[in-house]
Amino acid sequence: MEKQIFKRSKGLTDVSFSFCPGCTHGIIMRLIAESLEELDIIEETIGVSPVGCAGFCQNFFTCDFVGAAHGRAQAVGTGIKRSLPDKMVFTYQGDGDIASIGTQHAIHTAARGENITSIMVNNAIYGMTGGQMAPTTLEGMKTSTSPFGRDKALTGSPVDLPKLIANLEGAVYVASVSVDSPKNINIAKKAIKKAFMVQKAGLGFAFVSVLSTCPTNWGLSPAQSMQWLRDNMMPIYELGELKVTEEVKSL
Amino acid sequence: MERVLMKGNEIIGEAAIRSGCRLFFGYPITPSTEVIEYLSAKFPDVGGTIVQAEDEIGAINMCYGAACTGNRVMTASSSPGVSLKQEGLSYSAAAELPMVVVNVNRCGPGLGGLGPAQSDYFQATKGGGHGDYRLIVLAPSKAQELYDYTMMAFDLAEKYRNPVMILSDGFLGQTMEPVILKEKPASEEYDRSWIVNGAKGREKRIIASYSLTNEIGEENNLRWEAKYKAIEEQEQQWEEFQTDDAEYLLVSYGTTGRICKSTVIEARKKGIKLGLIRPITLWPFPKKAFAPFMDKVKGIVTVELNTGQMIEDVELAVRCKPETHLFRRQGGMLPTEFEILEFVESKFNLNSDKEV
Amino acid sequence: MQANVNRKGEIPLPRINVIEKFCKSCGLCIEVCPKKIISIGDTANDKGYFTAVCINQDECIGCGLCATICPDVAIEVYK
Repeated sequence: MEKQIFKRSKGLTDVSFSFCPGCTHGIIMRLIAESLEELDIIEETIGVSPVGCAGFCQNFFTCDFVGAAHGRAQAVGTGIKRSLPDKMVFTYQGDGDIASIGTQHAIHTAARGENITSIMVNNAIYGMTGGQMAPTTLEGMKTSTSPFGRDKALTGSPVDLPKLIANLEGAVYVASVSVDSPKNINIAKKAIKKAFMVQKAGLGFAFVSVLSTCPTNWGLSPAQSMQWLRDNMMPIYELGELKVTEEVKSL
Repeated sequence: MERVLMKGNEIIGEAAIRSGCRLFFGYPITPSTEVIEYLSAKFPDVGGTIVQAEDEIGAINMCYGAACTGNRVMTASSSPGVSLKQEGLSYSAAAELPMVVVNVNRCGPGLGGLGPAQSDYFQATKGGGHGDYRLIVLAPSKAQELYDYTMMAFDLAEKYRNPVMILSDGFLGQTMEPVILKEKPASEEYDRSWIVNGAKGREKRIIASYSLTNEIGEENNLRWEAKYKAIEEQEQQWEEFQTDDAEYLLVSYGTTGRICKSTVIEARKKGIKLGLIRPITLWPFPKKAFAPFMDKVKGIVTVELNTGQMIEDVELAVRCKPETHLFRRQGGMLPTEFEILEFVESKFNLNSDKEV
Repeated sequence: MQANVNRKGEIPLPRINVIEKFCKSCGLCIEVCPKKIISIGDTANDKGYFTAVCINQDECIGCGLCATICPDVAIEVYK
């Protein structure tokens, strides 16, 4: 008897994703949608969308959504969660949103241990606006505002945000994952699902950073982009579960 | 109904509690800090939630999030902090979110001073943030109005799905006066089919303010414009003091509006037919108040704590017909009622022929 | 689309179905398929993308790697 073993999640709408071909946003959103469905929390979840390509996510999930100003998704999420503590709240932000203009809120949302879940999509560039340098851009990486390659002497080195956040006591689960390969995608799914379980159990702030590609602004094909990620981003950004408190371990 | 002696900023906090507000997000800034301090102490008893945000921008965005869920929410700040909130206010107006925002106006610009000012009139009434939006702005002039207008603010915010600002000042915020803690007046039930609280048993909802195409942008702006026109038509509020036979008018709001009442009394003692129009809503500006006077009065003096902001709206309201002057103090200084009267007398050459 | 049937007429065998309206021809499924049985077809969808097709369903082992990596959730897997 034939069974369908891979099916589009109920957490996703039937709308075709508007992202560029090969953009990893779609993979990550699928993982989130499946997590929401498997934990049976779609109907009690409110997502917060940022400014950036990630901002379109509000059209692709089947849960309620609120659009935030650039960088402010975690403050908006805090407001929603403090108002409705029984609901699930998550933010879905690019690195250009959370690791630059939004870093103030990234740190304090974690420091206060706000019981929300944040997902960072890190492609080391400002994608939506046409490929400018981001705080996560690698040294030597060419972007439209670092046309000669990012120069450490002038503009510093990339920011490893999950490592910073892991240092804060209120952050009880911090994971750094990648979606460059099916194997890593499955690891990423576990981390994302755990990050929602942490919220469901009321344990504190959960943060998952996902290494991602931007074929369009990197000037590479989707498959080449995945390889570029492996070759260049993985050596710089520490992967793994960077913070797991005892309570989270027992989940 | 209790009659108590309370500090201005605390009165706002108490009024918020009695208005059913259980969410406050703020940041300390003098001279508004007593609002967050009072609520930090009182909220736990009433099941309220208060977060001292990392900064003013965090606070306004927390208000934005909470407002999306349909619950009453407030923030309080003072001039430089309100400057930081401008993007958040533009977003909140565009997303059509009810919330109450208190500005305890202090002297600016820059770091400025802690004394009372009316230097944020433009910021409050002409936008402040980007885009074509408006805040409903209420200007209390005494303790009882800090209480009453706060209650009114929550209702107006829900009625029109728009942020409402209470434009107080550093004097009002810090002064202790008796206030009657009235019961909250009954308010209407407003449409809540827009709130975001988890899509259980209904279609999902999105609250956002992006206009994907220029066509959608125009459509959205026309919708917002229509709302603001309705508010202008229906919500202008002002107080008149001895205006029936007035030959000269003072126009002033807030603390100076109150001082001007004394000026009117002093003027009348001298036989000068002076009256006062005290705007209560700064936006919508009470243009209707001026229509009966524009061809009747010989002169107008606006009394402001700035370099001349409201005077522009007054001149527009009277089509620049009567001679209009600005009396102003700045930097946190307050005038006496006599200074104001002297100015009126000198500008219009009153009483000079009575000199011996 | 019908269940895949092997030469002996036994069913079912693993197979994939590419939902054409979602496919953007990004080629990631082609990269990861261990049997190398996916390629870009010669039919364009409404958006103009030449959608991926499985060129040899018989060899499909139903590993699901293609569906896992597809950024448009365009692939269904049956076993």
